[in-house]
Amino acid sequence: MLQDLSQYILDISENSLKAEASRVEIVLSESTQGNGIELSVSDNGTGMDSEQILMVQDPFYTTRTERRVGLGIPFLKQAAELCGGGLDIYSQKGKGTIIRAVFRRNCIDCPPLGDIPATLVALFVGWTDRDFVFRYSFDGREFTAGTEDIIAILEDRDMLKAPEVASWLGRFFRENIDMLRSGREC
Amino acid sequence: MKKKITSLEDLRKIKSESKDLTSARSGGKSRIIIGMGTCGIAAGAREVMTAILEILDKKGIKDVAVETTGCIGMCQKEPLVDVIRLGESRITYGYVAPEDVERIIEDHLVNGKIVADKVIGRTD
Repeated sequence: MLQDLSQYILDISENSLKAEASRVEIVLSESTQGNGIELSVSDNGTGMDSEQILMVQDPFYTTRTERRVGLGIPFLKQAAELCGGGLDIYSQKGKGTIIRAVFRRNCIDCPPLGDIPATLVALFVGWTDRDFVFRYSFDGREFTAGTEDIIAILEDRDMLKAPEVASWLGRFFRENIDMLRSGREC
Repeated sequence: MKKKITSLEDLRKIKSESKDLTSARSGGKSRIIIGMGTCGIAAGAREVMTAILEILDKKGIKDVAVETTGCIGMCQKEPLVDVIRLGESRITYGYVAPEDVERIIEDHLVNGKIVADKVIGRTD
């Protein structure tokens, strides 16, 4: 199993990118009152048919040829089921895929959020030719940011690779997420 | 005084203040490639990438492209990091920890001296 939700987000998003998605939307919602965490990763990649949807939940299925097991989705499914939630996959060939995992927030086995900013930096900087959108909500307060907002300022995708931009990106996500969680207004 | 949180406005400032952001272009420069499959992530590849970006920023190194790739089939040796200096062989480092990163960047990327004790492969 992976250690925390941020690692699952990175892993599941990497599947989307391998499936040739040009756009990946990550939505993470936490509700303390509703005692839930919901994570979804939606892409416009190649998509899967109903047989493949079943197979990707099986650890002994993978599209890769380098090794014969694919653990990402089975890990996430197991983690969600361990804490009273579950995993759903909606997918259509040629359209894209949505992976949605739900967790009961107060469950002792619920994975911590982990380092979400590090995951986002790895995606935004590692895949400058794709568009990401990250939406985070905590008890109804929301924060959204995406590659498009950043490119609108930089005017050049290659600039996303500049170390000072990567470092800004990490601070930007970290401080906005922390602010939402602490409940302070800006 | 309340500290203002980092915003898109700060990015605008970074862009207007540095003239050489475009030297970060991916053509014609050295590359660092990090394996970011499930195996890499589980072994700490993302932390290695964070360390790489921090050190490049700290040292002001711009003529390198940091990229990620999926699993390449050497899962047991993750985290894997490839360094390709412009015009040189591809060197693969295995079992890379964040604390190894500074050495790899300083010795190999900057000074051209391969960090022999971490090498697990070489492609010419």
